[in-house]
Amino acid sequence: MTTNATDANSMLPSSHFYVREHHPESGTLLGFWLYLMSDCLLFAGLFATYAVLGNSYAGGPTGADIFELPLVAVNTGFLLISSITYGFAMLQMQLKQVNGTLFWLAITGLLGAAFIGLELYEFAHLIHEGYGPQRSGFLTAFFSLVGTHGLHVSVGIIWLAVLMVQVKRYGLTTENGRRLMCLSMFWHFLDVVWIGVFTFVYLMGVL
Amino acid sequence: MQDKTDLTSLIFGRLSLESIPYHEPILVVTFIVAALAGLAVAGFITYKKFWGTLWRDWITSIDHKKIGIMYIILAFIMLLRGFSDAMMMRLQQAIAFGGSEGYLPPEHYDQLFTVHGVIMIFFVAMPLIVGIMNYVVPLQLGTRDVAFPFLNNFSFWMTAAGAGLTMVSLFIGEYGKTGWLAFPPLSGIEGSPGVGVDYYIWSLQIAGVGTLLSGVNFTVTIIKNRAPGMTLMKMPIFTWTALCTNILIVAAFPILTVVLAMLSMDRMLGTHFFTNDMGGNMMMYVNLIWIWGHPEVYILILPAFGVFSEVVATFSGKRLFGYTSMVYATIVITLLSYLVWLHHFFTMGAGASVNSFFGITTMIISIPTGAKLFNWLFTMYRGRIRFELPMMWTVSFMVTFTIGGMTGVLLAVPPADFVLHNSLFLVAHFHNVIIGGVLFGMFAAINYWYPKAFGYKLDEYWGKWSFWLWNVGFYAAFMPLYVLGLMGVTRRMNHFDDASLQIWFVIAAVGALLIFGGIIASIIQFVVSYRRRDQLRDLSGDIWNGRTLEWSTSSPPPQYNFAFTPVVYDNDAWTDMKKQQFERQRDGFLPIHMPKNTASGFVLAMLSAVCGFGLIWHMWPLVGLSFVALIAGVIIHTFNYNRDYHIPAEDVTRIEDERSQLLDRYA
Repeated sequence: MTTNATDANSMLPSSHFYVREHHPESGTLLGFWLYLMSDCLLFAGLFATYAVLGNSYAGGPTGADIFELPLVAVNTGFLLISSITYGFAMLQMQLKQVNGTLFWLAITGLLGAAFIGLELYEFAHLIHEGYGPQRSGFLTAFFSLVGTHGLHVSVGIIWLAVLMVQVKRYGLTTENGRRLMCLSMFWHFLDVVWIGVFTFVYLMGVL
Repeated sequence: MQDKTDLTSLIFGRLSLESIPYHEPILVVTFIVAALAGLAVAGFITYKKFWGTLWRDWITSIDHKKIGIMYIILAFIMLLRGFSDAMMMRLQQAIAFGGSEGYLPPEHYDQLFTVHGVIMIFFVAMPLIVGIMNYVVPLQLGTRDVAFPFLNNFSFWMTAAGAGLTMVSLFIGEYGKTGWLAFPPLSGIEGSPGVGVDYYIWSLQIAGVGTLLSGVNFTVTIIKNRAPGMTLMKMPIFTWTALCTNILIVAAFPILTVVLAMLSMDRMLGTHFFTNDMGGNMMMYVNLIWIWGHPEVYILILPAFGVFSEVVATFSGKRLFGYTSMVYATIVITLLSYLVWLHHFFTMGAGASVNSFFGITTMIISIPTGAKLFNWLFTMYRGRIRFELPMMWTVSFMVTFTIGGMTGVLLAVPPADFVLHNSLFLVAHFHNVIIGGVLFGMFAAINYWYPKAFGYKLDEYWGKWSFWLWNVGFYAAFMPLYVLGLMGVTRRMNHFDDASLQIWFVIAAVGALLIFGGIIASIIQFVVSYRRRDQLRDLSGDIWNGRTLEWSTSSPPPQYNFAFTPVVYDNDAWTDMKKQQFERQRDGFLPIHMPKNTASGFVLAMLSAVCGFGLIWHMWPLVGLSFVALIAGVIIHTFNYNRDYHIPAEDVTRIEDERSQLLDRYA
């Protein structure tokens, strides 16, 4: 009875004043994009700080003294390749391949973890040498910019792990697809930020 | 013994019995009053068996209308706190002359002006703005809720958690003594070794997350959820200002987050962002915080402009004059608000060229603002003006804000600023625009939309008392500060030697007392209106002969706002519908898809508050536990896929039938 009445009702036409059924499109991707732009401003603040403090060595080391470019180059490679592998995961998602998606997500996560591992090694090494963030304005700005990026990647890895469980458990539903898309934007965004870090901090630092 | 102290300090960090100010009589009395009031409220809720309703229908509610009301209640509670701080300062300055020290020692007075500024901006003005936007924007858009209803509830509770932490500082520890923007090096660990600045940092960080998320939420809502036919240039002007404000929020608050994070790292980890030595640069803090801070004042004023536009058009019975120019003026103000931050510190020494640039951009802002003022005046011109309360607040805003705007242009002239900088002239100026602009706007908004939210009008007699007391009180309290500022009196002093200044401070104190009367009158107004609600009842849903879609539904609107989504053809959509002999649909209702309530937002925000409290007092185990719980809570929340339900068609039919009967009976 109820369903019949409802069905009959939904057949009625909309009037001049009303539409009978209105479903606004999902705003999740736009919302996430806006969030990313706000995150971008957060990084802009950190980049601006690095621009101001980058030469304040306070008698301590300069970038050229402490940066190990080969290490950072390898690390950059990890992160850039992880963006490609995330792209493969999205392609598998389009084909509705759960296992294929999970496989490429796992590779992406491992590359991200390798990136974080190397970054932590670099930080530990610098602090051990006595060049921690307390040493000078330059090192404060360096650690906070690179560290904030690393923190974002770490959060991305946790998110990726949670999403893998959810994809495994609930399949590639519309919701999970949307979440994978958001994480994809996040992951590529962090790549773009890293290119900025690599160029302005490391490459220009050793010039 | 040694082990025991170690364990205590591990668990409690810097917190000890000494941190509780039981030796300060003012605070003890405040605490007793607050505790009694809290107990009374709790007792009343228990007596009325209201806890269940409170939890199910309010705390966990993701209905934008209820969240809006909760924001406004929060703002009013915080207004009482912020205003008592103001009253105490006015009293101190009125009596502390020559030999008299007054009753507030400097360290207490310094906390007062800091906490007064923080509360009034972050926990009064912001919740009022966000609350009104929450209530009105979805209704004006003709939609059923915001784009992310859960996020909306979470944002509210984050704001409330920040406000809660600020309140806790009154009874446990202390607040910052640095002024509301906490400039280093004073706010650094050497200048402020106590917990005051940490309370400041963490309460704003937590509330800031909430504000940023609601900025994203409303931007998406306005872009994606408009009723069919409502193009951007057919949007109600209040919604336009809300859009610009939320874009400003998304583009400004990350800078606050980052600058406060840097300050906390300087304090906790010994880094050198803003220190005086080791390569730090404290002027960078001042730059960054004003890059957030200047857009912030436009975040506050733009929605108020929107309210005045709605009110003027409705009560003049005319379409708003110059809708298009109003929209462009709003957009221009939005853009320019990013190009003026340096006018807050012309005395930094940036040089003549830089100061000229920022002085000129600042003066340019007065052009779109002036255009708005003329639009309002031309809307009134030859209109059939009804001087109801919202319109009275609007007219007094036009006069008051113009004065404040002119003193602002005066301050924008760098050479004049070198003289007036840091004086009471500046204090008078920003109170002039924030009270005369934002607060008057919010009073207009509350009087205007209250009948929509509760189904009855606010009492006019007490509303007029509130209006006149606020207005006279405002002029009495702040005009003397202009005079004093021109005489060169600096701000933030708790004692003066020159007794000839005293009379001005006494007048200002009398003004503050009148404003106190205004606040009391507005509380009486709410109580009296509630008791006279049957006489003040509005059944039509359109008490003011309104022009926009929120007046097309019942007052208060049903949970789903609109049984069917309206179609828009013109920018005053509801006026247009009335003109076209609109007939309300009475049958054929469909089930309505709605989001479910959830406790996640409340729980996560409370965990953030606990984590913040731990960070303030260096209670590391508590920080670790609450942080892990917070992350786990977020992850658990994402495993909930069952987030919506349908209101059955029978329920919709029942609610709409009741309304049809009411309308027929009183037609």
